[in-house]
Amino acid sequence: MTKSELIEAITTRGEITKARAELVVNCVFDTMTEALKAGEGIEIRGFGSFTVRPYKSYTGRNPRTGQSVDVPAKRLPFFKVGKELREIVNQSRNFPIPSGRDGQD
Amino acid sequence: MANDTKERRTTKFELVQAVYQKLGGFSKKESADLVDLIFELMKETLGRGEHIKISGFGNFVLRDKRERQGRNPQTGDPIVISSRRVLTFKPSQLLKQALNAGDTTPE
Repeated sequence: MTKSELIEAITTRGEITKARAELVVNCVFDTMTEALKAGEGIEIRGFGSFTVRPYKSYTGRNPRTGQSVDVPAKRLPFFKVGKELREIVNQSRNFPIPSGRDGQD
Repeated sequence: MANDTKERRTTKFELVQAVYQKLGGFSKKESADLVDLIFELMKETLGRGEHIKISGFGNFVLRDKRERQGRNPQTGDPIVISSRRVLTFKPSQLLKQALNAGDTTPE
């Protein structure tokens, strides 16, 4: 499911126009992004929680060339699946996971 | 995980407030129902074994794990960890950039 498919589904199930559904979906993910930017965690009961984790800078290596590279300090979001969703996901094992799994956006 | 004690947390309440105040035209009840619907649909989708890609935010990816040997961290006793399906979140480049724009200050 992509964001536009989610918008389609909200349109149908929420009985609102597609334009409104798009605004709602964008508003929710924008608000979540803003919270994480502010270093705030997000907790959605039954779904999961997001936290921001700080990572210190370190000297890594380019695995191909062996050259050392400085990796700057950074903050990354971390998602912890909620209990209810964890169970839903685990019970979905009889459905095959579609291939083309790791596509970035 | 036990010790990320964040004072402030964004919950569904804040998301509903944002929809209600920023968009206008929805009642509080409608705003709450729509926010619920988003997470409900995402749960249903993942429950069908489908991944979710929210461009600009990230991907929710399912992975099947085989049964493996593990240990009870408290007692050190070997235990069998059953096969299971797990969910992981891969943040998008945009989200990672957003978190690291400007000051990157992990002390």
